[in-house]
Amino acid sequence: MTSEELSVRIRLRAWEMGYKAKASHMGGNFSMADAISVLYTDILNIDPKDPDNEGRDRVILSKGHCCAVLYALLAEKGFFPVKELDNFGVDGSMLSCHVSKKVPGVEFSSGSLGHGAAVAAGMALNAKLQNKDYKVYAICGDGECNEGSIWEMVMFAGQHKLDNFTVIIDANKMQAMGDTKDIMNLQPLADKWASFGWTALDIDGHDHDALRAAFNAPSDGKPKVIVSNTIKGHGVSFMENDLWWHYQIPFGDYYQKAIDELNAELERVAGNR
Amino acid sequence: MRDHVISELVEYVKRDPNLYLICGDLGYVVLDKFREAAPDNFINAGIAEQNMTALAAGLALEGNTVFTYSIGNFPTLRCLEQIRNDVCYHNANVKILAVGGGFVYGNQGVTHHATEDIAVMRALPGMRVYVPGDAYEAIACIKEAYETMGPAYIRLARNKEQNFHDEGAVVDITKIEAYSSKGSDVNILTTGSILTEGIKLQKLLAEQGISAGIFSVPRVKPIDEAGITDIAVSSKLLVTMEEHQISCGLGGAVAEVISAIGDKHAKLYRAGLDNRFSDTTGSQEYLRDQYTISADTLLPVIMKELGR
Repeated sequence: MTSEELSVRIRLRAWEMGYKAKASHMGGNFSMADAISVLYTDILNIDPKDPDNEGRDRVILSKGHCCAVLYALLAEKGFFPVKELDNFGVDGSMLSCHVSKKVPGVEFSSGSLGHGAAVAAGMALNAKLQNKDYKVYAICGDGECNEGSIWEMVMFAGQHKLDNFTVIIDANKMQAMGDTKDIMNLQPLADKWASFGWTALDIDGHDHDALRAAFNAPSDGKPKVIVSNTIKGHGVSFMENDLWWHYQIPFGDYYQKAIDELNAELERVAGNR
Repeated sequence: MRDHVISELVEYVKRDPNLYLICGDLGYVVLDKFREAAPDNFINAGIAEQNMTALAAGLALEGNTVFTYSIGNFPTLRCLEQIRNDVCYHNANVKILAVGGGFVYGNQGVTHHATEDIAVMRALPGMRVYVPGDAYEAIACIKEAYETMGPAYIRLARNKEQNFHDEGAVVDITKIEAYSSKGSDVNILTTGSILTEGIKLQKLLAEQGISAGIFSVPRVKPIDEAGITDIAVSSKLLVTMEEHQISCGLGGAVAEVISAIGDKHAKLYRAGLDNRFSDTTGSQEYLRDQYTISADTLLPVIMKELGR
């Protein structure tokens, strides 16, 4: 399956999961779907049949509220059966609505922002200290970059030249109560990271070729940040750039309308194979 | 006790390349022995305790034993959520090593008094809490913390405490450590370097004809329930002494233990800070007097509690 097809499939599944579980955060799930689809399809060294292999690349979802697309992706990749996704948010299920380490393929539980990326830096530091080849990736939100702990990590990783470490910032320009520029304006975001000793790339986070190129770009002996400029709710017309879909659970006519749009897109990208 | 503990860590790291020490830019000179013995296993994370703790969790999840190091409140309260989520929830093998517990940094002021740390660390699932009373208790604490998988908090004082053990003594920290025989009137429980005042108080009480015992509690969690129950059912009064709030620290832990005793048991008097900050300027000794945690200031209080 191409990353393009995967990115639509996981949006579809996440939407269905959110509908059943009455779960929110669909906008931020959809904005990052492309980046993780490229990462897991074309970049990572992982084996779903051997998820704890010591040499595997590590991925930590630091914006843990957007776990639906990740769970869907891990199921599509074979880490666990797709039908398990029906249990998203269900009593007693491993699939909690903030990312859980109980789920095969998930390295670390998060939910409170500003944690996962620093833990990922610790894993990257381990590889440097012990001459191991694995690479470490963390996925953060641009709103998450309000957290001071993010900048503590940015300083440390830059200082210690963790060139085996890549942070993807899903920069959808919105956070819980509005536009990031109106709440805590961090622009120019890539420049800020670069000034702390990072190789910083600023790309269209829905362009899979651009994502692949960014992941494969040399890090020049420094940690790498990919500011993945995205649209919150990308892939469903009525959700795009609408903060309401940070909170709103899929419901009513919206449910089927999104399914129809995503199915049409799936047909288009699958037809392009 | 601080240098004894660092010396222990130096011994461990010589045979364990997977032991790391991360400091929050504190430990000038103090950590030199470790840095010299194992420069590749020492990391200064800068003045950034949240990141220090999360890094430690990441390193530990890769199979290492990681000690974080700083002063009292900084590696504990400052980064509490990292300890809760990243370390404890993931059962990461991280040991928080703090110096300056209680009033050690006396006249440096309230920010440098660690007086809620035991309470907060005790509340975290899976966290073991060690508060040694002298160097040999400290050695036993660091050893058990190192050898036991999972999170631990070791709260040290500084370096000038009196030692109450002979050189090379091995303390069993799974039990309350007796520094006298059991008292039939009153038994004193201390945690941390206030032990020295507890021993003095026991002597003062004995001079008054009171049958008093003195015990240290180097491991506050898990606590020696059987040992505390034993002295609680065989005396009239238990006294806890700690440079800490009386809620949820040693006094709180002992209250929890004796609340589960069905038989007749001792009343409990908790010495420590009672819902207030230690914001008087002064030395550790001065503050112990100010807040009625020293032997001299506690003597009349305990005599009154005993109806004498």
